[in-house]
Amino acid sequence: MGVEITSPNFKANAREALDDNSLQKALGLTVEKGFIKKRRLAADALPEFEALRDAARDIKNHTLDHLDLYIEAFEKKVVENGGHVHFAEDAAAARQIALDICRKAGARTVTKGKSMITEEVGLNDFLQENGIVPIETDLGEYIIQLRGEHPSHIIAPAIHVNKAQVEAEFRRVHTALPPDRDLREPESLLAEARGILRDRFLAADVGVTGANFCVAETGTTIIVTNEGNGDLTQTLPRVHVVFASIEKIVPTLEDASQILRVLARSATGQDMSVYTTFSTGPKRPEDPDGPEEFHVILLDNGRSALLGTPFQEMLRCIRCGACMNHCPVYQAIGGHAYGWVYPGPIGSVLTPAVIGIEQSMHLPSASTFCGRCEGVCPMRIPLPKLMRLWRDKAHDEKVVPTAQRFGLGLWVLLARRPKLYHLAMSVGMPLLAAFAGSRGRFRSLPFAGGWTRHRDLPAPQGRTFQQQWRARRFGR
Amino acid sequence: MNSGPEKTTVGLFVTCLVDLMRPSVGFAAVKLMEDAGCVVEVPAAQTCCGQPAFNSGDRGNARVIAMQVIAAFEAYDHVVAPSGSCAGMLKLHYPELLADDPGWSARAEAFAAKVHELTSFLVDVLGVQAVSADYGETVTYHDSCSGLRELGVRDQPRLLLDSVEGLSLTEMENADVCCGFGGLFCVKYSDISNAIVAKKTDKIAATGATTLLAGDLGCLMNMAGKLSREGRTVAVRHVAEVLAGMADETPIGGERKAKG
Repeated sequence: MGVEITSPNFKANAREALDDNSLQKALGLTVEKGFIKKRRLAADALPEFEALRDAARDIKNHTLDHLDLYIEAFEKKVVENGGHVHFAEDAAAARQIALDICRKAGARTVTKGKSMITEEVGLNDFLQENGIVPIETDLGEYIIQLRGEHPSHIIAPAIHVNKAQVEAEFRRVHTALPPDRDLREPESLLAEARGILRDRFLAADVGVTGANFCVAETGTTIIVTNEGNGDLTQTLPRVHVVFASIEKIVPTLEDASQILRVLARSATGQDMSVYTTFSTGPKRPEDPDGPEEFHVILLDNGRSALLGTPFQEMLRCIRCGACMNHCPVYQAIGGHAYGWVYPGPIGSVLTPAVIGIEQSMHLPSASTFCGRCEGVCPMRIPLPKLMRLWRDKAHDEKVVPTAQRFGLGLWVLLARRPKLYHLAMSVGMPLLAAFAGSRGRFRSLPFAGGWTRHRDLPAPQGRTFQQQWRARRFGR
Repeated sequence: MNSGPEKTTVGLFVTCLVDLMRPSVGFAAVKLMEDAGCVVEVPAAQTCCGQPAFNSGDRGNARVIAMQVIAAFEAYDHVVAPSGSCAGMLKLHYPELLADDPGWSARAEAFAAKVHELTSFLVDVLGVQAVSADYGETVTYHDSCSGLRELGVRDQPRLLLDSVEGLSLTEMENADVCCGFGGLFCVKYSDISNAIVAKKTDKIAATGATTLLAGDLGCLMNMAGKLSREGRTVAVRHVAEVLAGMADETPIGGERKAKG
């Protein structure tokens, strides 16, 4: 039960993604040319941006160091406001809590704002199996729901789908759509989705959203959106259910607004997202609208075990997506290849914590450690360091393939013995150079297939530096 | 090892790739530092910086190699590597690896303070502003990731290249984006690495430069190998070779001239 895991097939997934032309085109346009440039401009336009990153990091570090206290404070406030807080230790518990709330409300349909936590717990499939129809209302989420897919990017879930594919999907599912309607422009696609979703908003019994922040001081949950769908999701139905993981807690509204200043800038390059919506409890007597019930499901799913360990730093993440946007590996293969819910560098450190390193070893391994992710992370999460820590675990738990262990072992044996090393290399390198001859490179070489499959291997010049140096200095 | 009271002694950390694949880079580094008035020594008790072990999760062996390197180099005034990646390992990750070892943590910190990448050593430590070399080509320069992001190497090589007679630098788009090498990454995830380096070679070709330069041999071999597989005729060299006026050597992966 839950989201299917294909992380063990990472290499095959990646191969498939590399051959997917429309994905490649989308990644080039939206990520490489879009998000990166926009973030740069937004960051450059704000002189205090780097200082804000420091402040954001410090706020979350403080919160995580006292997370138990802030969770209790948050719960107390939510209850005071007339809402409910439910603690879910794992995905199954979270799904069940949500189902119970839906059943109690007699729900037939549930509208959903964008929420990665509901993806993590596999809420849609579970509700569906139990006779409740979930309807994604974020345009990107709606598109991939129709296609039976999961998000390939945490803030742009349908980044891998092009306009023509969206049109085809709408024509397949929206049976009342006249065949001669022109759906070639994004605006017309948006209008079509809006029209369909409007009725769904009105008909829904329960609205589910995520939360970018849970504010301990006030018991408020905050979502940031660009489409306004989140507001309709949480104000129109009778019951509002918020899914949040425990690290979404911040102490005060002031803290939340500090971090908001780096969130949208890092994500889309906006100063702020179009909507920033604060939800504090159910509808009060004097309120013109709002839900009658307000529930927050706080998910742990392996996170509390990270507290007090070097991995705690990943819990500062605010899910802006900057790390994946700037990652050369993500840019090459998109999100689905990672094989679980969260792709990119943050996915590569979070996934092993939730599904185990045995199944997800490729994720932290498939990094060049170029460090660009850490360079742009608004929360200054040391992502390469955390990926390396997972590699340490994989090595210690011997989940590394034998050939790799053997190769590394052999190399270590030599590297630890300089005399033997130099002797071996002073014989090997001239031989290799002679073998390459005047071409100066190899098109293929035994044991170097990983290299020569796609590129030539430059040949060594001949005698090693050490050989030549000693000959020059000491005449031998 | 002091040959005079004024002379700065430098231990050259050759790096395994330069030692084995392209010794000319090592000699170029020696020349540049000797021209700047340093006494350069090359300890024999060096092999590799240990990064393959460190990045494969084998901290135990990485630690042993770190101790070996520190012991071999700590007597010099400075430790210099013609590589941002290896220098970053020595400077940032050795102290991290040995932080919990009471016998070694202080030694590792003291050692790390003396470690520099070559071009940054020349410019930032020795104050070199110009070199005497000529190279009548249009070049483009790739910023290798570790040098750029761990050590802040970006302006130093460009400053020195600016002083090379006849050389003109045309920047490529995304010069600061990874080339897809990543050490063992490029063989373990060969297809992904290929996609990354193919983007890089497109950007290189788009500049029209006749030579590609960078400060890390791993990245250079990766890009040179891809360029030659694609049949592109860009010559690839380590920046030190051009700065030292030693660019008569066959380019990386280039066809060798018959020896006269």
